Amino acid sequence: MPLPMPADGPLIAERRVAAVCASDQSERYVTPILTVEGLSKRFGGVVAVRDVSLAVPRGSITSIIGPNGAGKTSLLNMISGFYRPSEGRITFEARDISRSRPNQIASLGIGRTFQNIALFGGLTVLDNILLGRHVHMRAGVLKSVIYWGLAAREEIAHRARCEEIIEFLRLQDIRKQPASALPYGLRKRVELGRALAVEPRLLLLDEPMGGMNQEEKENMARFILDVNQEWGVTMLLIEHDMGVVMDISDQVVVLDSGQRIAAGRPADVQADPAVIAAYLGKTR
Amino acid sequence: MFHREAGVFKTTYAADMSLFPLPVARKAIAVICVLLVAFIPLVCSEYQLSQFNLIFIAVVGALGLNILVGYTGQISIGHGAFMSVGAYTAANLAVRLDLPFWITLPAGGLMAALIGAAVGVPSLRIKGLYLAITTLAAQLIIEWTINHVPFISGGTQVSIPVPKPSLFGFQFETQRELYFLLLLAAGVATIATLNLVRSRLGRAFVAIRDHDIAAEITGIDIFRYKLLAFAISSFYAGVTGVLYTYYLGIANYEQFQIDVSIDFLAMIIIGGLGSVLGPILGAAFVTLLPIFIRGLMQSMGGLLMNENTLAAVIPNLRLTLFGVAIILFLIVEPEGLNRLWRNSRNYFRFWPFSY
Ligand SMILES: Nc1ncnc2c1ncn2[C@@H]1O[C@H](COP(=O)(O)OP(=O)(O)O)[C@@H](O)[C@H]1O
Ligand SMILES: [Mg+2]
Repeated sequence: MPLPMPADGPLIAERRVAAVCASDQSERYVTPILTVEGLSKRFGGVVAVRDVSLAVPRGSITSIIGPNGAGKTSLLNMISGFYRPSEGRITFEARDISRSRPNQIASLGIGRTFQNIALFGGLTVLDNILLGRHVHMRAGVLKSVIYWGLAAREEIAHRARCEEIIEFLRLQDIRKQPASALPYGLRKRVELGRALAVEPRLLLLDEPMGGMNQEEKENMARFILDVNQEWGVTMLLIEHDMGVVMDISDQVVVLDSGQRIAAGRPADVQADPAVIAAYLGKTR
Repeated sequence: MFHREAGVFKTTYAADMSLFPLPVARKAIAVICVLLVAFIPLVCSEYQLSQFNLIFIAVVGALGLNILVGYTGQISIGHGAFMSVGAYTAANLAVRLDLPFWITLPAGGLMAALIGAAVGVPSLRIKGLYLAITTLAAQLIIEWTINHVPFISGGTQVSIPVPKPSLFGFQFETQRELYFLLLLAAGVATIATLNLVRSRLGRAFVAIRDHDIAAEITGIDIFRYKLLAFAISSFYAGVTGVLYTYYLGIANYEQFQIDVSIDFLAMIIIGGLGSVLGPILGAAFVTLLPIFIRGLMQSMGGLLMNENTLAAVIPNLRLTLFGVAIILFLIVEPEGLNRLWRNSRNYFRFWPFSY
């Protein structure tokens, strides 16, 4: 079976066609915001990621694809600091982050959402997003305890910032609802909102459309494109829906059994014999 | 207490974020304040006021423990010991250096915060039962240290008498005078806690409790905030120890043994973890329960047994009832008295529409 083609391609692709075609030449894309060199991760005998290298151009949307167990999530976990690489180097904006802690990496400007959604279930949508503002707020113990004055002003300023995100993601009606009470698709959107509140320059999305229906997927794809184009956030995402991947990506990286087997523009990757073989091998 | 209501609309973020957004809640708080400040000290006897005083002291400690256990999701069975750290710090400063109450009070809190943070260090690596055991060990080590280091304990008596507390040149001697001091302390502790839990810090604590991975991804330094929770919580414990010491007129480690740690855990479990009202209700409940039992047994128990047996039975009955109350709450209403209060309030909010 060949790779599925984008079903309703033009819908989402329209605005990007030019950019995608120009991606190799466009100056906007020359400097990588993130580079990964010779990265490996072993768990005992299991090699989850093997000698993977890639560069994510600033301002691009880069997608990682590959069969289940290919090591995609492990790769993101190393970039965001949850796994320590067995070998290799990760550089973000010319800074080596291979050994940094997740909270340090977050405050450097790398946001993240999770495959299985990691929201604060007991907190409201608003509080979840406010938590994203943590690194931008300053109030310490004394100011928090006294509250009135400095801390209150800070809370209000950041509340306003969160309301912008709430409006952008159309979460107004549910801002005071506990996150755990929301349907799956909305929770994914809230998680994106929390990641955006951190104001990342690079956003890692692990299957942002996993488990969504077609309409929800289109909404999410639209949000991803808007965030990328209007806010200038670079995207590195894992996604299974080939239609969406081919539609929105500037660059596609293919992993199989922990190894990078292809990388490049969507159309080229799609035609790559190694990629076709990998997918054929798995689907038989 | 903190709900939005139909017909009440907020036009600014500040109004939406105020402590008591509802007019009715603000009125209720005002009434309670008037009762506590003007009515109760006027009509209650010295003995009754002494019970209020014990509740006020307990409120401070329970609010503090709840910041650690209820909000941050860590456990401590060492809070009794942290109270004794505050108590002996204040007593030594008061007796040796002749320092006034307004200095010894925060000093006791700060010393307890320091020790509490040190005890919290393992919390980065261990959780749950293992952390409980670590803090239990801290409780015993601190008890032992106070007991065996005369420099701290003041010699073979292991207790240090302290003068009555005074503020702004006023000395608090009687229960009625102490009532105002301790009410002030409990009030300040309550407001501080309300502010803390709605601020950046409080949100970070809850984030660590609810989902530590998600907390890290939002940039929260888990280790730092766990230590901070231990320190803040122990500060409250230290202050509790200082208040109790001045209340009794003596610092004595026997007042802060492991059963005290358990009592305070009981307060926040029975009252309701992760709320501010809960520990206050719990502190009142746990402080009044033994008095209630004693009253009941002294009036009815005489029918069943003689004086001596009665005296022996009461403390054990107290422990048994505590155990039963904790188990009951854990099974039937894990969110404690606070939840019971909310349920009944909601019943009246929606009355006459019961669903
Ligand atoms: N924490 C872990 N401990 C042990 N093995 C792991 C761990 N995380 C991932 N793996 C293994 O690494 C491989 C790749 O997993 P993963 O990165 O989740 O793949 P993908 O996201 O592409 O589906 C799998 O074989 C998985 O079992
Ligand atoms: Mg995965």
